[in-house]
This record gives sequence, C-alpha cells and structure tokens, in this order.
Amino acid sequence: MAKRLRAFAAFWYDFVIGDDWLVAAGVVASLALTYALSRAAVPAWWLVPVSLVLLLPVSLWRATRRGG
Amino acid sequence: MGATGALFIAVFLACVVEAVEATTIVLAAGTSRDWRSATSGMAGALVVLAIVVAALGPAVSEVPLRGLRLFVGALLLVFGLQWLRKAILRASGYKALHDEDKIFAEQMAAAAAQPRRSAGLVPDWYGFTLSFKGVLLEGLEVVFIVLTFGANQHDIGLAAVAAACAVALVAVAGVAIRSPLRRVPENTMKFVVGIMLTAFGTFWGAEGAGAHWPGSDASLLVLVPAIAVFALAMVAVLRGNQVAAVERS
Repeated sequence: MAKRLRAFAAFWYDFVIGDDWLVAAGVVASLALTYALSRAAVPAWWLVPVSLVLLLPVSLWRATRRGG
Repeated sequence: MGATGALFIAVFLACVVEAVEATTIVLAAGTSRDWRSATSGMAGALVVLAIVVAALGPAVSEVPLRGLRLFVGALLLVFGLQWLRKAILRASGYKALHDEDKIFAEQMAAAAAQPRRSAGLVPDWYGFTLSFKGVLLEGLEVVFIVLTFGANQHDIGLAAVAAACAVALVAVAGVAIRSPLRRVPENTMKFVVGIMLTAFGTFWGAEGAGAHWPGSDASLLVLVPAIAVFALAMVAVLRGNQVAAVERS
C-alpha cells in the first residue's frame, strides 16, 4: 500500500513539477507577487514575463551543469 | 491572426503531439501482438474518454473564470516551461532528440517478449491493455487541453474542432503508413507547443492573479513571438557553449 502511495505521489510530482522544481516554485512565486501587486492597484502584467526571462536561463544552466 | 487563430494553432499542435504518441503505441501493439486486441483497447479508451468529457465538460464551465485562469495559467506555465526547456536542450544538442522510431522499436520489443493470454472477446490481453493505456493517457491530455484552452477563451467548440482535426490527421497518417510517424517533425512541434503553452500560461496566469494586459487578448500576439525569439536565443547561446567546450577539449 505504502509503495503504491509513493508511486502515486511520484507520478503527480513528475506530472506537475517535472524535472526542475525551481521552475514550478518560481511560477508560483511570480503569480503570488502579481496578485499582491494587483491588490495594491499597481500594474503587474510585466511581472510574469520578467520572471520567465530569469527562470528559463537559470533552469537551463542547472540542466546543462548536470548533463540534461 | 487573432487570439482565435492562436487558440486553434495552440490546441491543434499540442493535440498532434499527443496523438502521435498514442498512435505510435497502438501501432506497436497492433504490429507486435494482435490488431483486433489493439483496436479494441483503443475503442475502450475512447469510450472512457467520452464519459470523462461528458462528466467534466459541464463542470468546467461552472468554475469561476478568474480562478480557472489562475489555476490553468499556473499549470500551463509550468508545463510550457518544462516543454520549452527540454526542446531548447534538444535543439542545442544537450539532450537526445525524441525519436518515435526508437520508441516504436522499444515498445515492439517489450510487447513481443510478453506471453499471449486471451480473455473473453479479446484475443490478446497484453495488446489490449497496452493500446488502452496509451490512448487513455494521451487522450486525457487532449481532453485537458481542449477543456482548459476552450473554457478560458470562451470557445470550447473551436478548441474541440482543432483537437478533432489533429487527431483525425494523425490517425489517417498512422493507418496509411502503419509505421512510426517519423515524418512528423515532433521535436520542432514540441518547441512550438512549448512556446504556445508558455505564452497562454503567462497570459492567463497573470490575468487570473488580477493583472490587466495592455491591449487585452491582443497582447498574446506580442507574447508568442517574444517567447519564441527568447527561446531561439537560448538555443543559440547553448549551441555556442557546446562548440566552445568542444574546441577547448
């Protein structure tokens, strides 16, 4: 039973988070910050694109460092 | 091309990729095991998918749009960045290219090694299960793409038409050649799908979180090419690094 639960959790982790947890964490953080800025009536549409420009190269750098 | 055209292309390409994977599995099951079992497995999976669509379809339209956009935008953004990351690594030579021929050969070898067991109307249970699982898993991804993209753009009908066109095209090609769909430039398509998922995820995620895009839906027409240019620049940088590393060694 525990083995099946672990396999189930591993499947969903792989499906949602994928190869690099930093990307998922960065996406959640940038959306949370967008929400906070929007609540404060500050224009926040630029925040997610800027986070992509930072997240993608960092994730690629981590992947090439450990060989794909 | 407006947001409607972008929706059609995004759904069509994403569904072509899923359909190619499902067709490769069905072809491997049919060729190496038994065609009747493989097609029964595929038909069984399509029935389950129809039930899922009937159950989930109306439910999706009841969810508040802003919450749906935030949730789906976040998921698409994570998925899109994963696809894009892999596509960039493949295009720059850091990761092996996705090879349907190799996957087909591996599926064939694994399938041929299993003993044959019949059950009821199914002559070969293994061929049935292989085909059923492949079509169900890839089909669920198609359903997810259609419902989320369609609901977010208020056009589930157009998303369903795009998905149906993609599945029909791949199915006809698969039946016609009865071999892995190696002529489909899957790596290129995955690159394009990664760009589209990331662009739609960025747009919906930010909007769901309360941001307002300048130009509303038209901002997608800037986001898509901007992400494409950035991804291609990443490929160029990584290729340069590869060349420099080879020259140093």
